Amino acid sequence: MLRIENLSVAVKGKQILKNINLHIAPGEVHVLFGPNGTGKSTLLGAIMGFDRYEILEGKIYFKGQDITEAPCHERARLGIGMMIQRPPTIRGLTLRQMITICGATPEEVEKMAQWMGLSDFLDRSVNEGFSGGELKRSELLQLMAQKPDLLLLDEPESGVDVENIALVGRAANYILQNSGGESCGGSGCDKGCCSLNCTANPLAAPQKSGLIITHLGHILKYVPSSHAHILYQGTLTCPGGDPLDILGCIGQSGYETCVNKGCRRIRK
Amino acid sequence: MSKENLQAALSKQGAFGKDIDLSQYDNSDVAHVQSEADISEAGKALMEHVGIELDAENRSASFMQVDNAVLEPKVKVQTPLELMNTGKAAEKYPELVEKYWWKAVAPDTDKYTAVTALEKENGYFIRVKAGEKITYPLQACIFISHEEQLQRVHNIVIIEDGAELNVITGCSSDPSVDKAIHLGISEFYIGKNAKLTYTMIHSWGENVAVRPRSATIIDAGGQFISNYVCMEKAKDVQMNPLTRLVGEGAVARMNSILVAPEGAHLDIGGVVSLEVPGCRAEIVARTICTGGEIVNRGTLIGKAEGIRAHLECNGLMLSDTGYISAIPQLDAYTGNAEMSHEAAVGRIAPEEIEYLMARGLNEDEATATIVRGFLNVNIEGLPESLAKKITETLDTFSYNKGM
Repeated sequence: MLRIENLSVAVKGKQILKNINLHIAPGEVHVLFGPNGTGKSTLLGAIMGFDRYEILEGKIYFKGQDITEAPCHERARLGIGMMIQRPPTIRGLTLRQMITICGATPEEVEKMAQWMGLSDFLDRSVNEGFSGGELKRSELLQLMAQKPDLLLLDEPESGVDVENIALVGRAANYILQNSGGESCGGSGCDKGCCSLNCTANPLAAPQKSGLIITHLGHILKYVPSSHAHILYQGTLTCPGGDPLDILGCIGQSGYETCVNKGCRRIRK
Repeated sequence: MSKENLQAALSKQGAFGKDIDLSQYDNSDVAHVQSEADISEAGKALMEHVGIELDAENRSASFMQVDNAVLEPKVKVQTPLELMNTGKAAEKYPELVEKYWWKAVAPDTDKYTAVTALEKENGYFIRVKAGEKITYPLQACIFISHEEQLQRVHNIVIIEDGAELNVITGCSSDPSVDKAIHLGISEFYIGKNAKLTYTMIHSWGENVAVRPRSATIIDAGGQFISNYVCMEKAKDVQMNPLTRLVGEGAVARMNSILVAPEGAHLDIGGVVSLEVPGCRAEIVARTICTGGEIVNRGTLIGKAEGIRAHLECNGLMLSDTGYISAIPQLDAYTGNAEMSHEAAVGRIAPEEIEYLMARGLNEDEATATIVRGFLNVNIEGLPESLAKKITETLDTFSYNKGM
């Protein structure tokens, strides 16, 4: 699905990422840990194709296509969807119009907004006066409508209150599971979810791929993840380790020890 | 006012805007056009562009002034409203002249009002009797067909207590006209609990100067919704209409959408004076510069306790040439006046464009979407077809001339 080769990225002339290699296969969800300021958001932004991330060297392939030079909207149309950490307000453009731009039908708009508890926000300007948690839910709502094949989530839990963490987690899982809106029969269903409240196994193998930045890992209770990485000082380490193991290691020993000694050895 | 005083005012410059030598224009009343049939096809297309329905099917009444000649107005029999040439109304109702003519706008305000007051009266007189609510909009078309014409318009609109009316005024000039000047004096009187929605759309030729001089007086509980749209190249438009809220609980809302392409100079403002307790006012202006010049003024004057008013002058620079000058002003004459303003001028933030691109829009589509959102000021009283036309115009504009 996504293959990154030897990628180095600079922001405002300063190199942030060094020789990143990453491969995410279809149906794999990878988790990205790492201290603040280490380049996690830069990696996601470079995959999405935002202008401020300057590719110094390396290649990004998506679905086999070289997208290193492709503009952001082409990547979106190819199937990359990203939750923006601090999305801007666009005054006069309503959340309803925004979800429609993302590809939702009028029925989907109503249904999905209800799932995300944002029905009353549909006719407000997108993101205007939204709280931290509302911003996250609004982003997920847009991504639900966009139906990406690769979901990029930048700290989906930050600013979300305890009650809404489950909602955010289930929404992320819905986007990863959804194989095109087929109605599912409930328990045991593996065809992808038809609604947020579907009783199908929440941690069934996803249909789509994902790359998730998280600090606390709450999202991992709701989203099946198979691989984890620590981004430390601009370089990827612990490639492909078990997400919960690595999270435990970071919690016990901190990023530095974890990276220096190797997560798996510490666990043993 | 004596003729001598008016003669003296003929040399008085306007408070704002470039001074214009009126002697270079033709101030005659010759009727160059006898009926709609005499208007060019291109001219008719422009009329439709500014919201005029030529068949007037969805209108309660229709008025047309070409140069300084008023064509026979069309009024549907069943509508309880009056529409006629202001000059004729003055002959018919001398008692109303005493009460309403030149009472909101002083005739010696400047040379533009003076020349209009001195000559034969044109323009429309509209009256809706107390309690009557007119469903369909009334349309008025003010058109210039003759080169170097000086067009004088004096409009009187009286909405009696409890009455309601929606007026659409479309102003334009024939594409064959290069140079001309339009002087439009409008006096609006809104009675107790009455409501006037007034939408004016301008699409003047590139070399036409425009000097409207308007004022509105609103009684207790009355509402005035004013919308002004000017999106075409207009060499020199200057206006700063005055709205006075003189009865308790009167409300005024003024929206304007201004787009200045290269070569345009728009000096557009609005003054709202809140003179008794409980009045409310809102002025919302959205301006876009694509190479022209915009001066956007807005003044709120709070003279009474417990009034509330807000002013927004927001501008978007889509060009490296031209300018937007936003000049909001708040004058408070009492401690208990709640007045605020918001003024912002800038480019479209690149993060906003990228945000929409991440959702699948290309750069031009993203820009157009942001511009459309920016101009979405919720224009009340606009018929759907007209709202659609404005949106379409905006779309072609922002795709072609956006960043």
